[in-house]
Amino acid sequence: MNGAMERLPAGQRWRQRLWLCALLLGVTGMGSAASSARASTTASARGAQTYQVDIRNFAFAPNKLIVPAGAHVVWTNRDEEPHIVVSAGAGFAASPAMDTGDSYDTTFAKSGTYTYFCSIHPMMVGTIIVK
Amino acid sequence: MPSTFDDDDSRVAGRRQFLHCMAWAGAGTLWLMKGGVLHAQSLAGGADAAASIADASFSFAQISDSHIGFHHEPNMDVAATFRASLALVNAQAVKADFLLHTGDLTHLSKPEEFDTLSGLVRDAHPGQVFYVPGEHDVIGDNGAEFFRRFGERQHPGGWYSFDHRGVHFVGLINVLNLKAGGLGFLGAEQLAWLKQDLAGRSASTPLVVFAHMPLWSLYPAWGWGTDDSAEAMTYLRRFGSVTVLNGHIHQIQQKVEGNITFHTAHSTAYPQPAPGAGPGPGPMKGVTADALHRYLGIREVRHVRGTQALAVTEEVLS
Repeated sequence: MNGAMERLPAGQRWRQRLWLCALLLGVTGMGSAASSARASTTASARGAQTYQVDIRNFAFAPNKLIVPAGAHVVWTNRDEEPHIVVSAGAGFAASPAMDTGDSYDTTFAKSGTYTYFCSIHPMMVGTIIVK
Repeated sequence: MPSTFDDDDSRVAGRRQFLHCMAWAGAGTLWLMKGGVLHAQSLAGGADAAASIADASFSFAQISDSHIGFHHEPNMDVAATFRASLALVNAQAVKADFLLHTGDLTHLSKPEEFDTLSGLVRDAHPGQVFYVPGEHDVIGDNGAEFFRRFGERQHPGGWYSFDHRGVHFVGLINVLNLKAGGLGFLGAEQLAWLKQDLAGRSASTPLVVFAHMPLWSLYPAWGWGTDDSAEAMTYLRRFGSVTVLNGHIHQIQQKVEGNITFHTAHSTAYPQPAPGAGPGPGPMKGVTADALHRYLGIREVRHVRGTQALAVTEEVLS
């Protein structure tokens, strides 16, 4: 278990994890993403854009996301239930089990339509369209 | 071990709240076989329950959805509620022949969560235990660790059957190879096995079929169903007494379809909302044990489980 981090209220915990995530990724301006249920974008130091997908109430928000090639997408689980992000066509690597507040990120280098779902709640389906 | 009950001012209040907690968390169900028909009874039954047990040819207990590793409201100590459920199984007037766990042993399929569950079961000495995995038990490895520890090893796919005192029991796996936009899934290979497993049996053989996810379309919008369960039902339909036991939805729902009676079970960990009540099937985290006790009407739930279900079953068979 994570000791002190476990004792924080859920809201603080995911904000803290998201902040750590932002530091690791070298991304600035993640505060706006953390306070919004919508997807938001930020520019990384390398010029690629980061897009946020929330997992909340057993759904991906936004459900359909259109991004440019090279975009970085970060999913964050805001449910008490764990979720797993899996590409329906093996277009990108599956996430590990994401517990409350956990994030998973991947970069979409090639254009195309990527349908993904939660492998333990398969009624949860989302799409990333890379232009 | 963190506990919501540690915050109480007095140990008495803590104890009372814990008992309420157990009422909604659901200790489990005692299944009584009488004349080839399965009857449900609360594990926390009183004197009448003891008389009813004495009347049965045998009994077994069902527990479900222990979610070891879950550590959120409304239950910060799922190990304690699981331990208490096992204690109730052991406290029955007549010992259950075996215990059935209908999946989601763990929350995240972590080795330490499986260790904790194994330890709690070992300490309780419930006798023989049969398991089927939930979707929470097969994360990351398609259930390899689950099957290594808890599998019956009859078939590489994990499904199995056995006979017990004239009743045929079938354990099915419907939490693997799930498809985007789909529900639970049995698959062609398992269905072919089921057909063959039942083929030579007399229609008078009582059947008990168990799997984690509901084997009927209970509420597909929340994933509460199994895509190809209808084919399985075609193999079960000719039998005179069929009982289907599932977990997954953390509440009791029942349905009768011809000679087939479907039951879902309580969780030993936390409740989930009624179908369609709220934005999603997450834990009912905002409800305190006391408020939940009033709003769920625990006594009614027990009444349904202990008496009405039995009446419905008898109606169908008469």
